[in-house]
Amino acid sequence: MSRRAPKLGRGVALVGAGMSKFGAFADKTSRDLFVDAFNAMTKSMDKAINTEDIDALYVGNYSSDLFEGQGHIAPIMADWVGLVPKPATRVEDACASGGVAIREGIIAIASGIYDIVLVGGTEKMSNLPTEQVTDTLASASDATYEGSCGFTFPGLYAAMATAYMDKYGASVEHLMKVGIKNHNNGALNPKAQFNKTIKDLMNSRIEKAKQKGEQIPDWHDEIDFLRDPRANPVVAWPMRLFDCSPITDGAACILLVAEDLAKNFSDDPIYVVGTGQGSDHALHERDDLTSILSARIAAQEAYKMAGVTPEEIQIAEVHDCFTIAELLAIEDLGFFKHGEAFKATEQGLTARDGLKPINTSGGLKSKGHPVGASGVGQVVEIWHQMRGEAGPRQVPGKDIRLTLTHNVGATGGTCVVHIFQRR
Amino acid sequence: MVGKFEGFEIPKPIPALTEDTKPYWEGCARHELLIQHCQDCGHFRFPPSGLCPKCMSTNTEWVAVSGKGQVYSWTIFHYVYHPAYAKDIPYNVAIVQLNEGPLLHTNIVECNNEDIYIGMPVEVIFEDVNDEISLPKFRPLSK
Ligand SMILES: [Zn+2]
Repeated sequence: MSRRAPKLGRGVALVGAGMSKFGAFADKTSRDLFVDAFNAMTKSMDKAINTEDIDALYVGNYSSDLFEGQGHIAPIMADWVGLVPKPATRVEDACASGGVAIREGIIAIASGIYDIVLVGGTEKMSNLPTEQVTDTLASASDATYEGSCGFTFPGLYAAMATAYMDKYGASVEHLMKVGIKNHNNGALNPKAQFNKTIKDLMNSRIEKAKQKGEQIPDWHDEIDFLRDPRANPVVAWPMRLFDCSPITDGAACILLVAEDLAKNFSDDPIYVVGTGQGSDHALHERDDLTSILSARIAAQEAYKMAGVTPEEIQIAEVHDCFTIAELLAIEDLGFFKHGEAFKATEQGLTARDGLKPINTSGGLKSKGHPVGASGVGQVVEIWHQMRGEAGPRQVPGKDIRLTLTHNVGATGGTCVVHIFQRR
Repeated sequence: MVGKFEGFEIPKPIPALTEDTKPYWEGCARHELLIQHCQDCGHFRFPPSGLCPKCMSTNTEWVAVSGKGQVYSWTIFHYVYHPAYAKDIPYNVAIVQLNEGPLLHTNIVECNNEDIYIGMPVEVIFEDVNDEISLPKFRPLSK
């Protein structure tokens, strides 16, 4: 039985995108953050939007039930931005919740049921009672087969990193280079949780040691700093602290409209030309730990729908929840051959001024990873880069016409890919 | 994601027995590793479930496997992600591939963490948790 080629029933365009500051905010809930993101989105638009024009809301959120003791958050978000009585739906696919919410919005418009859809993502993860974080993080791993041997989420990616390094001869230093590159980008992003380069962080540690009259560490460069277990402890070998994305509070919003309405809202709309989504087995049923099936499937579908090749994609925001995840992503997306991503990163090909800039926003590593909002946050970066509004982190010397976002749930159980075009 | 834990006494998670998984855990309690074998397509599957994902058959038998296999991948936890494992740090977790095919999440025992490598031949032994539950662990295969 062969599948019909995927195609949108009608065109969909992006006419606004904004995000809250990502970080740890003791005095903000997920709904406060959502309002910040909504305000940033309306500010990003060329023309005004009235909330009564918006037909529906899809909001990505992983676990407000466990993190905040609050379920059924979609109507709350709708209420807080004045959308009631419009339909409001929460979408949950772990860390891919935001990306999948976008896809649901695209599908709803393409189907003809709605013309104008608000898509958001929001997550509040910091400053919570410790019991809640403990319970939530413990509940994220499968008690029967993972919990009973002490296998928790970061360890699953660590096992993927071990397999990758063994198969292709990559080193822990190659993982570190992904983090250094993403922090270099995040340092230029005022909305990022850590808007500091690794070198900045290293120098401030040296400065602190000087002030306190402690022994001054003799780090020669960032790699030296990252190799030092005092600065960068191992969390799950081969991954260290700086290989992991942080715990983040944040929200992001985008506005999607039917293509024929795009010019009513934007002088320079961005068109959604491809979308794809896939699933994958649990880790213990995979044939290969160095590639994620759901990502390959999602990418294939999105490329086919858009009628473009990986080579044509100019920049991409990919799901770097851990440094290894970025290497797997840029191989599964076809930007680099399997086993080549670590070399490409080392050669600077994925840097902001490289051949294929990846995660110009700073990625989840530096911008932050408010789980349900991350996939929507990726599109906010794409919006700014494609319209030439990314300020000091604008990719130099490129007229950006074709971009991609790649958002993964957990260890790849879900992956969703979108392709955007500027005409 | 990195979390912090303080002052909690949380026991290590233990498997929940269900109708579909009971024969597996009862086998472990007798120190016998049983895997489901599809009678229609021959697929060995793990974890236990009510249906063969390769051919949708429900015609399944439990077979005792060799318990021998090799390390497929591994990690060493240095950070406490689950409070019940705080006192074990640093501890290893491995994915072991049985000679029959299925992959199991487990720990390598009777072996230094530094000596674990991908492809290392291992064999099953069982660690008794209580009267009902024994967990399959793996040790280097004795020559
Ligand atoms: Zn079968």
